[in-house]
Amino acid sequence: MSGARYIKEGEEIKEAILESGIKVKTIYTPEDISHIDYARDLGNPGEFPYTRGIHPEMFRKRPWTTRQYTGFGSPQETNERFKYLISHGQTGLNVAFDLPTQLGLDSDDPRAEGEVGRVGMAVDTLRDFEIAFEGIKMDKIGSGLTINAVASIMLAMYQAVAEKYGFPLDRISATPQNDILKEMVGRGMWIFPVDHSIRLIGDTIEYSCKAMPRTYPVSICGYHIRESGANPVQEISYAFEIAISYIDHVLERGLDIDDFVGRLSFNLDIYGNLFEQIAKFRAARRLWARTIRDRYGAKEPRSMQFRMLAGGGGAGLTKQQPENNIVRGAYYALISALSGTQTMALCSYDEAYTIPTPKAALISLMTSHILLEEMGLRDTVDPLGGSYYIESLTDQMEEKIIEEMQKVEKIGGMAKAVESGFVQREVARLAYKQEQAIQDGSLIKVGVNKYIVDEDEKEVELHEYDPSALDEQVKRMNEVKRTRDSKAVESSLKALEAAARAEKNVMPYLVDAVKTYATVGEMTAVFKEVYGEYNEPSIF
Amino acid sequence: MSEKRRFRVLVAKPGLDGHDRGAKVISYLLKDIGMDVIYTGLHKTVEEIVAAALQEDVDVIGLSIMTGAHIPITEKLIKQLKEAGAEEIVVTVGGVIPSRDLEKLKSLGVKAVFPGGTSFEKIALFFKEELPALRQVI
Repeated sequence: MSGARYIKEGEEIKEAILESGIKVKTIYTPEDISHIDYARDLGNPGEFPYTRGIHPEMFRKRPWTTRQYTGFGSPQETNERFKYLISHGQTGLNVAFDLPTQLGLDSDDPRAEGEVGRVGMAVDTLRDFEIAFEGIKMDKIGSGLTINAVASIMLAMYQAVAEKYGFPLDRISATPQNDILKEMVGRGMWIFPVDHSIRLIGDTIEYSCKAMPRTYPVSICGYHIRESGANPVQEISYAFEIAISYIDHVLERGLDIDDFVGRLSFNLDIYGNLFEQIAKFRAARRLWARTIRDRYGAKEPRSMQFRMLAGGGGAGLTKQQPENNIVRGAYYALISALSGTQTMALCSYDEAYTIPTPKAALISLMTSHILLEEMGLRDTVDPLGGSYYIESLTDQMEEKIIEEMQKVEKIGGMAKAVESGFVQREVARLAYKQEQAIQDGSLIKVGVNKYIVDEDEKEVELHEYDPSALDEQVKRMNEVKRTRDSKAVESSLKALEAAARAEKNVMPYLVDAVKTYATVGEMTAVFKEVYGEYNEPSIF
Repeated sequence: MSEKRRFRVLVAKPGLDGHDRGAKVISYLLKDIGMDVIYTGLHKTVEEIVAAALQEDVDVIGLSIMTGAHIPITEKLIKQLKEAGAEEIVVTVGGVIPSRDLEKLKSLGVKAVFPGGTSFEKIALFFKEELPALRQVI
């Protein structure tokens, strides 16, 4: 479900049309880029508008960070997996949480049945974080936290555990996803209504700028929007419109744009046409710099620099001939490197049918190492810069992204576009069209609708679910509940509720509550009481 | 009851999983082939799905399950349909379904299973050809 559409005569390609609707010419010449002014449109790496990269030396000075999906099962297993990956050269951690935790449910909640510890780590209280981060040098290695609706709670936990283990708060770095609008478009892990959800995100941004200055409080995820069916242009446009809605909210609180915008980062997707993706990232970097400078009047270069995690790309992988996904992963990694990413997170080859096995995760990690150590990707910055095709495509992508952003702004911005179901409808309709194109063969997927190899049917390996994990998790939570100071819990939750009602920044109150070992479910219940819950718009 | 009448299908996402690309794609397909489609939205309990099916007076419940919990969920749904006296509602299941579980699902009373990657043609065939017969026999 990726790549271009082709109109052919026999085997000859007569027309190539990218997913974004751009027609590719047979050749590109200096004429195609004659309108480009180097200083205005490209600039050297590390210079406005950062088309060629946000740092002058890029990978020469510091290679990209590699980060593989981790964290399933229990906090102990997560801790072991962290240590294993660190010993193999992983430079950033990534924590996945189970679905009950992502939805703010405690492990003994009836709705959590069968899901505790299944797709990630279960977190009920601070005790679980203490186990997961035991022996981890939190001042040396940062952590991505795949958490959204209750990101504020997990950020409070991250702070509390760092304090407990003696790491200064100005040395620790967390990157919670904390992007609720994309959850409403694509991943479905929402709890509270749009406006209150945005308020919570505003709280985390405002708070962490002061209390945990190395934290990236929001990672805006075009990734999941694209995985849900959006084309590359929509991926960037919607991500930017999401960012704008968070920025506008924080500005209303009286913060200066330069106080926080440099701490926002982007999590983007790689699959599909190689050149289109590279142009997408370069266009995004330029447009972001221009938007932040011209629309918001930012002064600091740091504010205008587009930071990204470029990961590839679950939707590009196939269940058929899964080993082919190793090859796809290598190309995705190459795209990520050629696009000047800050962080790379590759899907493992078995992700189309299971949660990654340790071996598959290791291959992904080595894919990144091979690029860095053997292929010369660190030698020079933006090696494709100046290519007639790449520069022309970068320009066209930027134009398309602006057009798509205008559609959302006409509706009144991303919050409204999500509340009304506009974006969900656009994305789902494209997903349907892509599936149709694969089924009728107009979109080629090797091993799926062309070059099919007879093989034993690959049985879907569902991640072994260990029901005893639930018992242990609930046992631990009950033990914590038995030994905690219940009066302190109660008063911290009351203070949290009062702060939420008074529309104060809830973060300090969450940190207090977390430290009394209040459960995720208890804190979420307070928010549900004050904020209510999100209702999905009907899109059919 | 005429064979030509429009069937009503409740596309349902039981459980906590939020991956609904498949459910939405199937909803579009079913609309395209002439069904009335109601989508439950996410995070629904079996109880909520049964209540919605009764309230909307549907002919079919199409469950979309990606988490591996398809057997216990389906079992529970069919039991509750019976208890509600609505066992004539046809149940189908789609999602990440290992082939070893197909027979088990059928034995629970599921009329069709569509694991990920099932062709639109096959799905359309079931709804256009087999469903009318199923709804008349019952």
